[in-house]
Amino acid sequence: MNDAMNHHSGVSLQVNHLRKSFNGEAVLQGIDFEVKPGEIFVIMGPSGSGKSVLLKHLIGLETPDVGEILINGESIQSPEIAAKYRMAMVFQSGALLNSLTVGENVGLYLSEHRLKPPGEITRIVTEKLEAVGLKDTLDKMPNELSGGMKKRVAIARALVIEPQLILYDEPTSELDPLSAVVVGQEILKLKQRIGVTSLVVSHDRDLAFGIADRIAVINEGRILTIGTPEEVKQFNDPVLQKFLHADFQHESP
Amino acid sequence: MFENIGEMILLFWRTLLALPLAWRQRRKVFEQFFEIGNASLLMVCVLSFFIGAVIALQTGPVLVERGLASAVGGIVGISMAKELAPVMMAILIAGRIGSAMAAEIGSMRVYQEIDALRTMNINPIHYLVLPRLVAIAFALPMLVVFSVLVGWLGGALVAEANNHIAIPFQAFYANLREVVELKDVANGLFKSFCFALIIGVVSCHQGLVTIGGPRGIGRSVTKAVVNSIVLIVIFDYVLTRILLK
Repeated sequence: MNDAMNHHSGVSLQVNHLRKSFNGEAVLQGIDFEVKPGEIFVIMGPSGSGKSVLLKHLIGLETPDVGEILINGESIQSPEIAAKYRMAMVFQSGALLNSLTVGENVGLYLSEHRLKPPGEITRIVTEKLEAVGLKDTLDKMPNELSGGMKKRVAIARALVIEPQLILYDEPTSELDPLSAVVVGQEILKLKQRIGVTSLVVSHDRDLAFGIADRIAVINEGRILTIGTPEEVKQFNDPVLQKFLHADFQHESP
Repeated sequence: MFENIGEMILLFWRTLLALPLAWRQRRKVFEQFFEIGNASLLMVCVLSFFIGAVIALQTGPVLVERGLASAVGGIVGISMAKELAPVMMAILIAGRIGSAMAAEIGSMRVYQEIDALRTMNINPIHYLVLPRLVAIAFALPMLVVFSVLVGWLGGALVAEANNHIAIPFQAFYANLREVVELKDVANGLFKSFCFALIIGVVSCHQGLVTIGGPRGIGRSVTKAVVNSIVLIVIFDYVLTRILLK
């Protein structure tokens, strides 16, 4: 663990031929992509396209029927992977522990693994909460926070791990546009500061095109296209174009 | 219920392997211990008082009629220490604490808190199951000690106060001390220790396998309590048979 704590660079992530079915219904139908170290990779797609299931595979909460997921060339199923690489996930709902205060939640990784003395943990927790603009919430309970605040606390909790790979599940859902920009910038800042590899699952078009180095568009368990934001915009596919240009139609009086 | 026995044994085994970490989790163990004791002590006393009282009331007049007044203290003493206190308290705690464990862990599972723990490389067995199991394994036998003492008191008071029995307090206790040995109480405490492990493992297991939303949590709580009670009653027989000399 100490060895891993000393190096900060992001890791590469490779997904090969991933397939998964639930009760005979195919949710992922052969997913292949590679994320380079330090890259911000956004997986975009409409609801029900298999994004969240894919994310659960990446963090090891689901096992694929077929295919493999490699981190720096090593299978995510190998038992040493958790000790070797630091990974964090920001859940859509935040998934804060409701029985702990905000400060305890953010410092949980450090206190449970006894990585720092208590005074140092408090300092780090305060610093991370400040980074997401929530420094006064240290002693609050999660149920006193709004949905957006919970999500920012969850990001602070992920930052404490100083991860080499960070996975975001819909990081801007439930956030107002200003907070969404703050969160997006935080993702960018992390990449510059510690070179973390970020994988963002989102259907927020503004976020995806604002922060991504590359975007993968997924629909019905398959990848439609992968490329830079410019390439994706140019890609000529009716489903993708409909998704990218969905807007309100005003009827003229 | 029985299809999950294997999983429960595995959970128990994994928790046993994690026992050396219990000291690190001592704060959580203490919190759980306080929760169990504090939430249940009054209820334990009330319940035990009346259980002791009713045994005296049921057996007293029959024995007195047949000139066996001196046996009442022994009967109340033995039945409380070896059987009623351990089993009734285990059932009470399954209802009060087992349900709370299943509900708390179940809601953590449903709201992805356990997934979040896993992503932080925190083992839910170490973090959630171990402190609860250690706390209940100590707390239940201690509650049983209270239960036995209060039950004896209840029996003694009724034996003295009821006109059909009318056995003086001292005579009741003299007979009780003559019949009940320390190993009878130890026997009951050992049984309650085993029941505590059953409640802890069954309830934590139910919590961890909860699926679905609030309805899933409700289902887990019901299953945790019912399965605990069924296993307690079955194991009560098995343990009693084994401990019978």
